[in-house]
Amino acid sequence: MLILQCPYCGVMADETELSPGGEAHLTREGPGASDDAFHDYLFMRENPKGVHFERWRHAYGCGKWFHAARCTTTLQVFGTYKAQTTEPPKDIRDRITKARPGWTWRDYA
Amino acid sequence: MSYRLQDRGRLIDRSDKITFTFDGKTLDGFAGDTLASALLANNQMLVGRSFKYHRPRGIVASGAEEPNALVNLGHGARMEPNQRATTTELFDGLTAVSQNRWPSLDHDIGAVNAHLSRFLPAGFYYKTFLYPRAFWKSVYEPFIRQSAGLGRAPEEKDADTYEHFNTHTDVLVIGGGVAGLTAAKAAADAGAKVLLFEQTAVWGGRSPVDGGIIDGLAASAWVDRTVAELEAMPNVTLRLRAMGAGVYDHGYVLGYERLTDHTPDKDGPRHRLWRIRAKQIVTATGAIERPLAFAGNDVPGVMLASAVRDFQENWGVVPGKRMVVATNNDDGYRTALLLNAAGVEVLRILDAREGGGGELMGEARNAGIRVDCGRGIGKVSGGKRVKHIQICMTNGTGGAMEEIACDGVAMSGGWSPAVHLWSHTGGKLLWDEAQAHFLPDFSRPPTGADGQAMVRTAGSTSGPMELAAVIQDARSAGADAANGAGFKAKTSKRPSVETATEAPMLPVWQMPGRADYHLKSKSWLDFQNDVKVTDVELAAREGFESVEHTKRYTTLGMATDQGKLSNINGLAVLANALGKPIPQVGTTTFRPPYTPISMGAIAGEARGEIFQPVRKTPIHGWLDAQGADWEPVGHWRRPYAIPQKGESVHDAVMREVTNTRENVGLLDASTLGKLLVKGPDAGRFLDMLYTNMMSNLKPRRCRYGLMCSENGFLTDDGVVARISQESWLCHTTTGGADRIHAHMEEWLQTEWWNWKVHVVNVTEQYAQIAVVGPKARTLLEALGGMDLSADALPFMAWADGKIAGIPVRVYRISFSGELSFEISVRAGQGLALWEKLMEAGKVYGVMPYGTEALHIMRAEKGFIMIGDETDGTVIPQDLGLDWAISKKKEDYIGKRAQARAHMMDPDRWKLVGLQTLDGSVLPDGAYAVGEGINANGQRITQGRVTSSYHSPTLGCGIAMGLVHRGPDRMGEVLEFPGTDEKTYRARIVSPVFYDPEGEKQNV
Amino acid sequence: MSDVKSVTALGGKSFGGLVRVAEAPLQGMITVRGDLGLASVKEAATGLTKAEMPATGRIETGAEGAIAWMSPDELLVLCAYADAAPSVPKMEDTMAKDFASAADVSDARAMFRLEGALSREVLAKLSPADLSVEGCAVGQMRRTRLAQVPAAIWFTDDETASVICFRSVADYVFALLKTAAQPGSAVGLAPAG
Repeated sequence: MLILQCPYCGVMADETELSPGGEAHLTREGPGASDDAFHDYLFMRENPKGVHFERWRHAYGCGKWFHAARCTTTLQVFGTYKAQTTEPPKDIRDRITKARPGWTWRDYA
Repeated sequence: MSYRLQDRGRLIDRSDKITFTFDGKTLDGFAGDTLASALLANNQMLVGRSFKYHRPRGIVASGAEEPNALVNLGHGARMEPNQRATTTELFDGLTAVSQNRWPSLDHDIGAVNAHLSRFLPAGFYYKTFLYPRAFWKSVYEPFIRQSAGLGRAPEEKDADTYEHFNTHTDVLVIGGGVAGLTAAKAAADAGAKVLLFEQTAVWGGRSPVDGGIIDGLAASAWVDRTVAELEAMPNVTLRLRAMGAGVYDHGYVLGYERLTDHTPDKDGPRHRLWRIRAKQIVTATGAIERPLAFAGNDVPGVMLASAVRDFQENWGVVPGKRMVVATNNDDGYRTALLLNAAGVEVLRILDAREGGGGELMGEARNAGIRVDCGRGIGKVSGGKRVKHIQICMTNGTGGAMEEIACDGVAMSGGWSPAVHLWSHTGGKLLWDEAQAHFLPDFSRPPTGADGQAMVRTAGSTSGPMELAAVIQDARSAGADAANGAGFKAKTSKRPSVETATEAPMLPVWQMPGRADYHLKSKSWLDFQNDVKVTDVELAAREGFESVEHTKRYTTLGMATDQGKLSNINGLAVLANALGKPIPQVGTTTFRPPYTPISMGAIAGEARGEIFQPVRKTPIHGWLDAQGADWEPVGHWRRPYAIPQKGESVHDAVMREVTNTRENVGLLDASTLGKLLVKGPDAGRFLDMLYTNMMSNLKPRRCRYGLMCSENGFLTDDGVVARISQESWLCHTTTGGADRIHAHMEEWLQTEWWNWKVHVVNVTEQYAQIAVVGPKARTLLEALGGMDLSADALPFMAWADGKIAGIPVRVYRISFSGELSFEISVRAGQGLALWEKLMEAGKVYGVMPYGTEALHIMRAEKGFIMIGDETDGTVIPQDLGLDWAISKKKEDYIGKRAQARAHMMDPDRWKLVGLQTLDGSVLPDGAYAVGEGINANGQRITQGRVTSSYHSPTLGCGIAMGLVHRGPDRMGEVLEFPGTDEKTYRARIVSPVFYDPEGEKQNV
Repeated sequence: MSDVKSVTALGGKSFGGLVRVAEAPLQGMITVRGDLGLASVKEAATGLTKAEMPATGRIETGAEGAIAWMSPDELLVLCAYADAAPSVPKMEDTMAKDFASAADVSDARAMFRLEGALSREVLAKLSPADLSVEGCAVGQMRRTRLAQVPAAIWFTDDETASVICFRSVADYVFALLKTAAQPGSAVGLAPAG
């Protein structure tokens, strides 16, 4: 049972109060995108063992989308942050580096 | 024979005699008894039959680890199978029936399996029932089903109620023995909020029986004092009959509280499932004694040594008058000493160790008990109870050195920490050579959201079995938990503890060590599932090297006790057979729940009326009173039809269609989603969401729109009304309101967060009533209040006003092809307006209609329905909806996807109408077949039916379907094989069957 | 407004068990969306209710109503039922210069009151939220779920809770509360918890 803190309302929300939204920080491809780029946008995901960035919505609460950085094996949560960003904030990445030196995810490390 | 002693039994109240039945026999017991102790008091040693060989089985253990004493409890609506007698508290009127025997426990036909045991080895089923293949269905499966399963499934609906309870705590302590109490006290002293669970009905765990002196008090007195101290603390909650069932990630724990099992007449729920969120978890679940594997160790009367003394001290019952104790460790001596003190004859202590035990051995000898060292049991004889034992050398081949007559055996193979809860969420284990058991690896604990240790073990769960070490371990576990939860643990005085010093134990996995096949084949590991030493050895020989595979092949540890007694012995035998060290073989995975929990507790409140939420419109009650035939649409209930008295549902549907087409009908359309989209960027936003243009819709006008997913697939449709310069009201499908609301918020919050758009879900603020049919306008005009003429309110326009004095918004839109007004009214006045419409409409023949009439009318018009014509793989272009896809827009959600090669493929299945040649109704979902077969040997298909109805308007069957290149094949006849063996022939036609020019709706 | 009186979803149904559960009478409710830091938003909400602007996760009561914090850009304004519909255009006027919206949602909801010392316990049978005194103090607004539906819960004092849910599930929520408050089902936690 994941328990994540919603960065908007501060509530420690139980997994059953949240709805999952898959991988975070995808860049939308629209008309004009090549077939390959659009294919990757629709279907290709990281599926890592370890550090991961995900989207969650506080569906049974304030209704806001947020991001969570967590470890998919131990479920350690490195932090949650607001969704209005295109990349993981530096303080979150620093915290991950402290807990998981040498981590990588996509182009982040 | 087993019997009750006169001067033992600290938990029973001899002044409170109660009556119960076992297999129909009426027996007596005392308040405080368990079913197991009461059965033993009545000399009922035989309590069940084993699963495979139907061997006679007696009680082995005294608690949750009991594998044999499983009974059907209660009857009728309160009947429950597989209830453990050792954890069932006796109450007046309890009825228990033994299991897995026929016709009776004493005379069981299935026992013939025991004589065939040589032919029923591990994997027997896999090997035997394979061939001939044809035998599986008619011969093997019925036979296996007949003999499978313990107990019988209840046939009636459970009469009891159950509930969940959510709670948050700093520290949860599971286990109310000396360790749990100590840990709870340490955590509570630090100021933490503590919840303490004990699975049995009494505090103290083993200590009141096992003895020892703590702080100068006898263990039981110390327990009483500590419980009283904890009860006085406002930050501590104590619960008896509450088990820690499972530990999950982030401190989530399921607890199982049994409230009325022991007092069935009491009000309230029977079980409560606790859903606990704990910052820190301490498991003080103790240790479980291991049986010894010797031939005949399953004969009734052979019990765990700890269970023998539990039964004597707690309930005053003993399994025999002349007992033998077999042990490989000092703890077994405690049983011998207590038996002796109670006046039970202890014929012999057989200590497997050449050097014998420590202080307790001296005490035993001083008490006059004969102790034989380096000796064990070669064989127990007796059928339904112990008669003789053969004494052998620990490491011999089993040659009997001596045979003695006795009627009970207490065995102790050493103790294994109950590491289940530690392991549930990833805690790792270490093998302890000295004690021959697995214990928690504290360097690899279960971790929480912060990456720090979340579960700690206290007392013998951590490994130490001696009282002083147990208490010391529990003190630090409690303090660590408090610190982990953010408190500062105090240092307190270390309690003084007096207990006997013990000699090291000796691992014994087979007694005698070099037993022959015959003896091993009678040495049980898993009592409930009938797994013997030879079965595990066979599995090893046949190549099952992994303990997980061996478990599944032999069924070791797969019974309802989940291997609490058999696990370590079984994997030690496997390790020996494989010639590997035990830690290399490892353990099987510990999974929740710790012991079985009731299905009712899992369901909690979610049964009957509140199994699932049922959403109701303001008009629901009225329709229900009229006898509506309900159908679920999402969580809503919508009327499929509203049959009149004596009318069939089908006839009602036909009448509703005809009446709506000829007069006027009312539809409760309140369930349609209504999303208010507002703001300076709302138009731009809606242009991205819908395939067509919404920003250029004029205020007071409506437009039908399509919404796709980013995959291009059609996901919702509905009418959009422009309310003002900056606001639009988007109607969604009934099932789509919450989903589309979430979809809009997702794009606004995560992609276009600078766009100034607000979305408010006002679905339930309004009831919506569709007034449909040629007399719709007349009816509304009769109620008065608004000009609804074609000039004032043309088709696809809306207006605010009052009807019958009620403020409304009227949308002139049509999903039926008739003249139609959808009237939106605040929900609190929805029923009032509906009733006024029904009343005023009488003279015009108004009738309510349901969703099936709605479906037929839309199908007659060729309108698609999300979920019928779409299934998550259909794009708007497949449905001939190109007219609703803007060519001007640079982008909309789904646009790029619809340009992918296979989306543009002319070979896609596309929407057409289908009309049977004979006027019959095509089966919904039927496939049109083509020539030939595919690679899987299936008929080639070239289309399928997506909607199919009998149209009362046309007097024949009409259907829509997706057909390969359908629109290019007008007039062709396709064949649809039905599941009724008939083949339906239907012609491809236009999907618009009725009023193609739209003359009826536009008046 | 109208010649016809509005009705609540359940007509004021009530039940007495571990606590008293009753559907509240008609209640005006207005959703306000916008930057909660905007003066116009504050003026629209506080002007109608005479309540203070709530801090994150709180509900403030005033002479004419209450204001609940629902999300970083959403308030729920509670007022007299009859005032809700006419107040919406006034509030929109007040906020006209800014990007902000108001919508009447009075009829979209049902509201229940729980009265009795065990109110927290009864609700905790249905919600995963921490509804203890420490977890949900008087004046806090907790949006969560009750069994399978969304709900907003707050305590006006330690023995009285208000619950808002969607109107369509009023029957379901009432039945849930009734079940959770059935006689004989008190959990009996320590008073602090």
